[in-house]
Amino acid sequence: MKQEIRICGFGGQGVITAAVILGKAAAVYDGLIACQVQSYGPEARGGAARAEVIIANEAIGYPGIHAADILVAMSQEAFNRYINDIRPGATIIIDPDMVINYEAAPYAHLVPSTRIAEELGNVVVANIVMLGAVTALTGVVSREAMLASTLASVPSKFKALNQQALEAGMTVVAGQLP
Amino acid sequence: MSTHRDRLRQAMGDKVQFVQGDDACAYGAILAGCTFFAGYPITPATEVAERMAELLPKIGGCYIQMEDEIASMGAIVGASWTGVKTMTATSGPGFSLMQENLGYAIMTETPCVIVNVQRSGPSTGQPTLGAYGDMMQARWGTHGDHEIIMLCPASVQEAMELTIVAFNLAEAYRTPVLVFIDGELGHMRERLVIPEDDEFELVERTCATSREGYRPFAAGEDLVPPFAPFGAGFRTYVTGLTHNEAGLPRSASAPIHDQLVRRLADKILRNTDQIIRYEEFGAEQCEIAIIAYGITARACRDVVEEGRQRGLKVGLLRLITIWPFPDEVVAKWATRVQAILVPEMNLGQIVHPIREAVAGRCPVMLQSKIGGELHTPTEVIDALEELRCQVC
Repeated sequence: MKQEIRICGFGGQGVITAAVILGKAAAVYDGLIACQVQSYGPEARGGAARAEVIIANEAIGYPGIHAADILVAMSQEAFNRYINDIRPGATIIIDPDMVINYEAAPYAHLVPSTRIAEELGNVVVANIVMLGAVTALTGVVSREAMLASTLASVPSKFKALNQQALEAGMTVVAGQLP
Repeated sequence: MSTHRDRLRQAMGDKVQFVQGDDACAYGAILAGCTFFAGYPITPATEVAERMAELLPKIGGCYIQMEDEIASMGAIVGASWTGVKTMTATSGPGFSLMQENLGYAIMTETPCVIVNVQRSGPSTGQPTLGAYGDMMQARWGTHGDHEIIMLCPASVQEAMELTIVAFNLAEAYRTPVLVFIDGELGHMRERLVIPEDDEFELVERTCATSREGYRPFAAGEDLVPPFAPFGAGFRTYVTGLTHNEAGLPRSASAPIHDQLVRRLADKILRNTDQIIRYEEFGAEQCEIAIIAYGITARACRDVVEEGRQRGLKVGLLRLITIWPFPDEVVAKWATRVQAILVPEMNLGQIVHPIREAVAGRCPVMLQSKIGGELHTPTEVIDALEELRCQVC
């Protein structure tokens, strides 16, 4: 088993944090092998941000991604840039409020993570909504591991909010096939 | 009652973590007993300093942010002379500034560890991207005749383990030891398992016992003089000038200089079997070899398996100790393969000592890549195919 996951958007959306939480869920809580790398511009907000996680059950050599098995796109620019670097049958998850034109992947799963996060009271958990969707759709990590990793990665006063965001992401894709 | 070792573990947190290569170097230092860090922040090495700044106060250690890298290197040399284990971390531009005091540490036989999280140069280059452009600077960056010890990890776990080893070698041979990673590995996260104390070895410098007739730079058969920390009541004089066994400057004496500088080199060269580490994959029935180090070796490991599936009899020699250079190991590989590929994230540095060790026994091809991207397994396989066409 080897799954390559790319999460992309712009700086400030928590793209890298999401990848770190996902990798930690796999490596620390599910006992799998995981490797996470990232690239981002010098800006604190805005600019392109991209993070990648490889999850496998044996040693990971080359730490880069050949073609994504799972692509999470949180901006139009990121979607356009990475939609061709996917494996056939890849799971694609987009925020339809951020990625308006997704003709290149009409079968993408639509997860309005930014809107859901706003409804929960804080836009910063949009990335966690996406992680809920990834977990429910792909099973790349267990729900228990994802929850444990999320709660271990956020300040204690935001634990409840993050748990709600994770569950909202799982619910919004409930019943959909990967 | 909690012991000091318990406090270290408490400060570091969970036994199993998902952290960056930079963090792993800091953990290795803490486990090795480092209690002093001086540094100046620089991408992509800043996280080493950040982590040390967080951990050292919790364990009774000391962290100082210096005004620059010249001072940082000076501070870890000075602190080491109080008898503690010291470290700094930097990247290319800072490593350039450290060269003078690195030589001072060699000449004064001061144990210390320098982590270099390499980025592209020359000058400030590409701060956020990885490179291996300082491999030769590590060897010859400081002036004068000398030997240096340098270790090159390829994973987050190994970054921690080899930082411990670096401290052990620094203590054993009273010399600065370099741990070289790159921006990619420094910022990459992987699982890190913090070992128990009985799972790794710790070496402490041999200390002088008698003040009577103590000569601070008189070495026995092991060529490493017993150490007397400042403030312990020993009469010690420390200078970068050529000095006699009493430590006093004798800079006009040819025999004293010859004896001193040869001893400094020999204490490392006579112990290469203790210092040199490497890993071999697919060494049996191998026609073409890859010799790689650092993060590049990871793609090459994939290639050994993929290549064999495609009928390429390929093996990998992963160098872990780069300096002192493992000539004999490389020479042995050269006698049993038809060609050697050397992928490097620079314009060709370690390919030179490899060619020297191979000494014409087989062709050696450099696969150079700069700009911040890693060699992909596909690129390495393509280069191997090209090399096979040339030699077979």
